[in-house]
Amino acid sequence: MTEQGQQDGAAPRGGDLVRRHRTSTRLWHWINAFTIFTMLMSGLMIFNAHPRLYWGQYGANTDRAWLQIGSAGGRGVLIVGGEAYDTTGVLGVWEDRDGIERRRAFPWWATIPSNYSLADARIWHFFFAWVLVLSAATYLVASLVNRHLQRDLLPRAAELHPSHVWHDIRDHLRLRFPRGAAAARYGILQKLAYVGVILGLIPLLILTGLTMSPGVNAAWPWLVDLFGGRQSARSIHFLCAAAMLLFILVHLLMVLLSGPLNQLRAMITGAYRLPREKER
Amino acid sequence: MISRRKLIGSLAAGAGGLILSGCNRINADPRVRSMLQSAEGLTMRAQRLITDRTALAREFDAADLSPLFRSNGTRKPAGTAYETHLRAGFADWRLVVDGLVARPLSLSLGQIRSLPRRTQITRHDCVEGWSAIGQWTGAPLKLLLDMAGLRSSARYLIFHCADRYAQGDYYESIDLIDAFHPQTILAWGLNGQPLPVGNGAPLRLRVERQLGYKHAKYVQRIEAVESLSAHGRGKGGYWEDYYDYAWYAGI
Repeated sequence: MTEQGQQDGAAPRGGDLVRRHRTSTRLWHWINAFTIFTMLMSGLMIFNAHPRLYWGQYGANTDRAWLQIGSAGGRGVLIVGGEAYDTTGVLGVWEDRDGIERRRAFPWWATIPSNYSLADARIWHFFFAWVLVLSAATYLVASLVNRHLQRDLLPRAAELHPSHVWHDIRDHLRLRFPRGAAAARYGILQKLAYVGVILGLIPLLILTGLTMSPGVNAAWPWLVDLFGGRQSARSIHFLCAAAMLLFILVHLLMVLLSGPLNQLRAMITGAYRLPREKER
Repeated sequence: MISRRKLIGSLAAGAGGLILSGCNRINADPRVRSMLQSAEGLTMRAQRLITDRTALAREFDAADLSPLFRSNGTRKPAGTAYETHLRAGFADWRLVVDGLVARPLSLSLGQIRSLPRRTQITRHDCVEGWSAIGQWTGAPLKLLLDMAGLRSSARYLIFHCADRYAQGDYYESIDLIDAFHPQTILAWGLNGQPLPVGNGAPLRLRVERQLGYKHAKYVQRIEAVESLSAHGRGKGGYWEDYYDYAWYAGI
């Protein structure tokens, strides 16, 4: 952490303006914000071309799907593990911007492009896949070199103690966020979330994505074995994307609850005003 | 502070505009499209660079076969010409190999079937996302190319097909790396039976390391060319020409 006290050498206190995020972190954050948003939405359009998920090596229309989105009798249906849910208006059957009923899995407002086009969605997805891979790799190397990963992101043993984690969960549920100097560091839940995304979800999304490539399959068959087949990799890719969306929603909620303008400024300029300690 | 607020405001407005109405306009902008599509060549070169060009696609066991190998795209070519061939059991079907070759060929199905054959159980991956495992039997394309004697100026093979789509005749193309790959065959059999009409009877291309739309069905002519630009709209295939699908479908 590169926190700086206002006075020379003095520990920062509530009310101080500190340098919160490195340039590399801020840059990567905004590249990601756009890249992941684009990849999620173009990914949903790609899913629309075949809105069924399977486990194993193969899977097509007559094979058993563990998840499918479709329509029956004019109603939208989501079928997961044998249970059917009516999703009319959102999934399977919905109205486009002109009020015309469409029968596709994900609706126009969730996809890139908004009108059905598998080819266009692939063009977006594979361009931003390069951005994701190159920027994530650069960030990872930079964070290892400047020790951001080791110092600020990886949890320490003491922080992983159940009582410490439980304490942080209770504080989050009561919306009690750190104040003063403590606000310049990540809490254990933040660390787990960020490390989970950086070292878990993003690598998994990239690897399962590559596993769907028949060209890569031929060269690196061990990748297919790692995920138990191409259709399993496709399912895991989709589940990781869903987990990424969940992360983004919780992340945005936390920003909103913990002083959105101050947080936003910290991620744009790097400067963050430490929340004042509560008067006793 | 004002400039920051302005920045935040314009960022939010930009994002909002993108979501609300700009998406389709951005998607249709030729400059944006050509920038996004530039990743396609990068993907092909990167895949070819870091993977073995001669790597074989995985071959499965009979126990791994899909219970049903579905048909996609053209289920049956329209028109009386194909119907006549079908009724005659493709007795008069000819496969022409021409273009930049020393000895143009015109082969009957019987002649192709009597060539040394290759049988492989492989996974077929459709660009839509589904996969099916089938057993293909056919003549290695390399044999036909050696018979015809490819000229040194030939760089691509164009597969002219008997099926027609809304915008034009179906065709596809591959380069010589895939053409001479040992698993690239002109298949006349699926799962021990003659190739069904829905899967491309009497002949279809198998180019195992690429997605399904490259595996041209109902192949009637293979043309060796130096460049793809003179055919169709010049992008090397029906889906490439009219819908901007990638020519290299390795991912």
